[in-house]
Amino acid sequence: MSHEINSHRLPNGLVLVAETMPWLESAAFTLLLPAGHSRDPSDRLGLANFVCEMVQRGCGPRDSRQFVEDLELLGVDTSAAVLTAHTSFGAAMPAESLFQGLTIHADLVRRPHLPEQQLEDARLVCIQEIRAAEDDLAQLVMTELRRRRYGDPFGRANHGKLEHIERVGVDDLQAHFQRQYRPNGAILGVAGKVDWPQLCEHVESLFGSWEAADPQELDIGAPAGGYHHLPSDSSQTHIGVSFPSAPYPHPHYFRARAAVGILSDGSSSRLFTEVREKRGLVYAVSASCHSLRDRGSVNCYAGTTTERAQETLDVLVAELRRLAEGVQDEELTRLKARIKSALIMQQESSTSRSSSLAFDWYYLDRVRPLEELRAIIDALSAESINAYLRENPPNNFNVVTLGQSPLEAPVAIS
Amino acid sequence: MQFREQKLDNGLQVIAECNPDAYSTAIGFFVDTGARDESADVSGVSHFLEHMVFKGTDRRSAADVNRELDEIGSLSNAFTSEEHTVYYAAVLPEYQSRVVELLGDLMRPALRVDDFDLEKNVILEEIAKYEDQPPFGAVEKCMSLYFQDHPLGNNVLGSVESVEALTAAQMRAYFEQRYGPGNITLAACGNVDFDALVRDASQHCGSWKPHETTRLAPPAHPRCATQVLHKELAAQQYVVQIGSGPAAHDDDRWASRLLATILGDDSGSRFFWEFIDTGLAEYASIGAYEFQGAGALMAFLCCAPADTEANLERIERLQANIQRDGVTDDELKRAKSKVCSHLVLQYERSGNRLFSVGSNWLARRQYRPIRGVVEAYQAVTRDDIARVLAAHPLNIHTTVAVGPLTELRGNGKG
Repeated sequence: MSHEINSHRLPNGLVLVAETMPWLESAAFTLLLPAGHSRDPSDRLGLANFVCEMVQRGCGPRDSRQFVEDLELLGVDTSAAVLTAHTSFGAAMPAESLFQGLTIHADLVRRPHLPEQQLEDARLVCIQEIRAAEDDLAQLVMTELRRRRYGDPFGRANHGKLEHIERVGVDDLQAHFQRQYRPNGAILGVAGKVDWPQLCEHVESLFGSWEAADPQELDIGAPAGGYHHLPSDSSQTHIGVSFPSAPYPHPHYFRARAAVGILSDGSSSRLFTEVREKRGLVYAVSASCHSLRDRGSVNCYAGTTTERAQETLDVLVAELRRLAEGVQDEELTRLKARIKSALIMQQESSTSRSSSLAFDWYYLDRVRPLEELRAIIDALSAESINAYLRENPPNNFNVVTLGQSPLEAPVAIS
Repeated sequence: MQFREQKLDNGLQVIAECNPDAYSTAIGFFVDTGARDESADVSGVSHFLEHMVFKGTDRRSAADVNRELDEIGSLSNAFTSEEHTVYYAAVLPEYQSRVVELLGDLMRPALRVDDFDLEKNVILEEIAKYEDQPPFGAVEKCMSLYFQDHPLGNNVLGSVESVEALTAAQMRAYFEQRYGPGNITLAACGNVDFDALVRDASQHCGSWKPHETTRLAPPAHPRCATQVLHKELAAQQYVVQIGSGPAAHDDDRWASRLLATILGDDSGSRFFWEFIDTGLAEYASIGAYEFQGAGALMAFLCCAPADTEANLERIERLQANIQRDGVTDDELKRAKSKVCSHLVLQYERSGNRLFSVGSNWLARRQYRPIRGVVEAYQAVTRDDIARVLAAHPLNIHTTVAVGPLTELRGNGKG
C-alpha cells in the first residue's frame, strides 16, 4: 500500500497537494477557495451561495449547457458547496479525464461569465434553498444551535437571508467574485491514479497566472449561548445540545475526538446505549465534533416524541456530564478498531482522500501522513483522554429545541 | 476479480466477488423478504424484525452484539425494503471469520419479549421522525395509492396502529416463515477468502432447517388517481407521481434507467434544464424502480405551493414530448457516459459493490461483473427506449401531493 503524498505551493499562494493511489482507476479533486459564507457582506447574507450558483452558468469557452454536457461526456461527477471558510468544488472521474476536468474547473473559478440574463433564474435557485431549509426540522435545530454557538460570522447558515438574496445585483456578484475567488488561500487536493510531475505541470499551466487578491479582515461577533426554543406543531421534539471543544489543529484534538467517539461512534457507544437501546427514547441520537481553525464544538442531536422529550434531554445531558468522569480502556480499544477500519477503508476512495488532503492543509498548513495519524491513534490512552476530560469537562452548554413545548434545560434561558 | 458460488445442503446460497487487491471485506446476509410479504395485520413486521435481529440470540445479549460489532471495527447496518431485508458489515479482511460468525448467529435471533417491547418505542420514534421530514410520507402514500391491493402497496415502516398491535409471537411466526436458508443469500465482496467463507457458513448456518418459502407475485395494474394531503406546516409543496416501468426480470430495465436519466436525472436532464436551472423547483427528478413482477417510474417534485400546478403542466409537456419523439443520440451517449462512470467510481468501495452483487443474486440469481453492467448500458439503443415508452406510457400515473395546497385543479386525470 505505497501511497506518495506530494505538495507544491505556487508563487501566487495556491497550494496543490496530491496523493498517488495507483490501485484505483479513478481520480478525484477537491478545490477549496477562501470564499466561505463567513465572508458574505453583512447586508448580503447568502452572497457566496449566489456566486457559487452563478459561476456554474457558463465559463471560459462554454455556456452553461456545454459546461454540464462536456463534464458528463468525460464521466465527471461534480459537487459544489459553500461552507464556513470556503466554497468547495469537488469532482470524481475516471483517471484519464482528470486533466480535462481540472481545465474546465480552472475556467469555472477564473473565467465565469456570470451571465446577467441568468441572474433571476439563479436567484430563484437560492430562494428554493432557503425555503427547503424551513421544512427540515432536525436541520433547523442544528443550524440554530450553530448560530448560537459561534455567533456571527462563523455561525451562519450558508443559504443566507431571503431579503438579502432578493437585493443581490450583478455588481454584487462581480465584486464578491473578484475579491473572494483568489489563489492565495486556495487549496487543491487531488487523489487517485495520478502522475505527480504531470499533474504539477498541468496545475501550473492552469493556475500559475492567477493573481492574488487581498483578503479582508473579519468582524467577529459574540455568540448567543443559553437555551432557545422554537415552537412548532411537529410530531417529534428535536433537541440540539452543544459545548465548546478543542478544534482540529489543537494538540489535544484527538483526545477530545476520542471522547466523543466513545460517546457516539458505533453501536456500543454511550449515547446509543443509554438513550436508544436501554430506554427506547429515540431513533436518532448522535454527537459529533466540529472545528473552525481556532475554536471547536461538540454538537449533539436527539429526536423524540414530545411526551418523552424532557427525559431524553435529561439523559443526554447526564451522559455528557458523565463523560468528565473518564473513559474505560475497553471503550477506547473498540474505538481504535473502528478508527483503524475507517482509515484503511478510506484508501478505497479517491474522493474521500482528496477531501482529507485539502482540509488537512487548511487546518494544519501541511499534510498529515497516514503513518503520523496512526501513531497518534495508537498513542491514545484512557489516562491521556481522562486527563484532558478532567481539565475540559463538557459544560457551557447551548441548547436548542424545536417542538410543541419548551423543556427545562441546564442553562440560562435566552 | 473472480466470482465464486456455492449452495449449502440446506439451501443457503453463498456467493462472492473476490478482489484480492481490495482493502476491505464486505459481508451481507440478503433475505428475500420485505413489506410485500406481509399480511395487513402484521404491517411493519419485516422492518421491526430487522431491528430485533440486532437484539441478540440465545448466546448473545443486545449489549454483546453491539460490543462485538465495534470490537471488530465493523461499519455495519441493515435495511428493509419492499422485497429485501439486508444485514451487512464492512470489516478489515482479518475479521472475515468473526463477522460471518456474528452475523450468522444473529440470523437466528432470540426475539425476547422485553427487548421487543422496548424496541417498539424506537420503531414508533422512527415513524415520527419521517413525519417531520420532507417529503412527509408522500412516497409511501403514492406507492399505496398506485399499487392498491397489490403487495407492493404495503408500507415498509407500517403504521403507528399496526406496530403498536404487533406481538413478539406474530414476529416469531413471520420469522419462521420467511428466514429459511433457501430464502437467504450470504454475499461477500472485496478481499474475500471464499473457502473460509463457505467453511464458516457451513459451520454457523449449516444447521438451519430448510423449508419452502413462496412469494405471491400477481401482476400490477397501472392506474390514474390523485390524492392531495394537506400539511399546513410545510413551506414547500411535495408531489410524487408513479407510473409503470419494466420489472426486475425485464431486459428493458437498462433502457428504462437510461430513459429516467435522460428525462429526470439531478443534473443535465430535461427536467434539470426545465426546473432546476431556472429555479422553478427545489428538485424535480425521475427514478426507475424494479420489483418482482412489476416496475415503476417515479417522479419527485418539490417547489413553492403557488408554482405547483404550472410545474405539473410542465412535467406533462416534457413527458408528452419524449413519449412522442423519443430521445436523441446525443442525450443517450451522455447518459451512458454519466451512468457508467458513476457506477465504476461507486464500485471502488467494496461496501457499495456488495449491494449490487447481493441484490442481483436475490432478484435474479444472476452475477454480472462491473464490465458486464457497463456493456448492458452501452448496448441500449434509441429503439429500446422507444419500446419502453410504448409499453409504459408516461401519461398514465398516480399522483400524491403533500403540503399547504388543499387541491390540485386541472390535474384530475392523474
